[in-house]
Amino acid sequence: MIRILKYVAIDILKNKIVIAYTIMLALFSWSAFSLEDNSSKGLLTVLNIVLLTVPLVSVLFSTIYVYNSNEFIELLVSHPVKRSMIWKALFIGLSLSLVTAYVIGVGIPLLIFADWATGLIMILSGALLSVIFVAIAFLSCIVTRDKAKGIGVSIMLWLYFALLFDGLVLFLFFQFADYPIEKVVVFLSALSPIDLCRILILLRLDVSAMMGYTGAIFKNFFGNNIGLVFSFSLLALWIIVPFFFSLRKFKKKDL
Amino acid sequence: MIEIKNITKQFGKLTALNGLSLTLNKGECIALIGPNGCGKTTLIKSILGMVLPDKGDIFFEGKNIKNDNEYRRHIGYMPQIGRYPENMTIGQVIDMIKGIRHAHEVLDNSLYEQFEIGNMLDKKMRTLSGGTTQKVSATLAFLFQPKVLILDEPTAGLDPIASEVLKTKILEAREKGCLVLITSHLLSELEDIVSQVIFMQEGNLVLHKDTEDLKVATGQDTIARSIVHLLKEGKL
Repeated sequence: MIRILKYVAIDILKNKIVIAYTIMLALFSWSAFSLEDNSSKGLLTVLNIVLLTVPLVSVLFSTIYVYNSNEFIELLVSHPVKRSMIWKALFIGLSLSLVTAYVIGVGIPLLIFADWATGLIMILSGALLSVIFVAIAFLSCIVTRDKAKGIGVSIMLWLYFALLFDGLVLFLFFQFADYPIEKVVVFLSALSPIDLCRILILLRLDVSAMMGYTGAIFKNFFGNNIGLVFSFSLLALWIIVPFFFSLRKFKKKDL
Repeated sequence: MIEIKNITKQFGKLTALNGLSLTLNKGECIALIGPNGCGKTTLIKSILGMVLPDKGDIFFEGKNIKNDNEYRRHIGYMPQIGRYPENMTIGQVIDMIKGIRHAHEVLDNSLYEQFEIGNMLDKKMRTLSGGTTQKVSATLAFLFQPKVLILDEPTAGLDPIASEVLKTKILEAREKGCLVLITSHLLSELEDIVSQVIFMQEGNLVLHKDTEDLKVATGQDTIARSIVHLLKEGKL
């Protein structure tokens, strides 16, 4: 697998988009931190950019890359190579390069400007978010052979997780404001990786005090170490489940 | 060497292979013929594990190929339309395949030299003509001295000289005891190469015979005429 991974990695590097992505992320984060007068505000700006752009770039780039790797896959399957190895190599190659881009682009300024614990949590959740959306991209690639359809599915999933899901939760929240639904909301937010990351980081900032009773519930649930472990395992699940299903389908795909 | 037992493959409503059984032996050179869409390529891809049959099994040297990939080390495959990563150069593709196969065999560079691949190593795959792509495919298929050669329309798109070079190479491989499986529509091209003929129709095997027996049985002097004869008589 290392051998296949090598070719995938070289190919992604030659693509240069990942390098451009790194530079963009670095520009965003450095300017956010130097423009805001306190690091907490800067962190909030960076958080919002990260939660919007990282999933989008990860999901779109990976989907298109996997579709474009069709010839590569076809070429390799007629040789003594395990099918699952090809798929895993593609996945690891894409994940590694996107995570590296994120860690270099956002991670370095985070470690310089924000406090260590918050910085580390944000680096970890952003890295997980990148890999999660690579896994989601792999799933949408395998459900359809049509490239336009596959990219469409990816964009829809991104829209859903990044924008729509939030709206739905908020809507529920207002509709049932008279009922004690805080716990339901905690459960619901675990259903979207982006929201999970947002909560994890917001809880580390002063702004969580402004979230009222829900904030307190969140803090109670996600704020302690068990909650932290629980949420990171949930995020890990968001990687494993989509990728596992895509792998299972890829093994049975006719090429 | 290769044993196919009752394989069935359906693509939606279309039955590409319909309970087909076949035994392919060492040292034979087999022409796989039949009308368009009769399942030839599907059969080849099933042997290679690129298409997974719905039912039935394929054995390579007695071992079921399901969940196996090592057997492909012994197969050289030349696809009908070679599809390669577009932004790789010829040299990179050849190096990559060598690296991935991690070959211990002595490499057979004769086609590489005769097709003068060395002079165009820096050309990107997407800029190649159909014929040049075929030359790369042929070079890759023969490079690792495989025991089995599967050639899907090998001479289509090749110029007469390259085509002749390839034919000589196929004969050479056959003499060395390789199993060669060729599909082609140009029966005259296969005339002096093949030793057996397989005729397929709508996913079924309708004929599997030695060329000599076929010629005797039909009283014709070439394979092409024998097949036409059988078709006219309504025996196929």
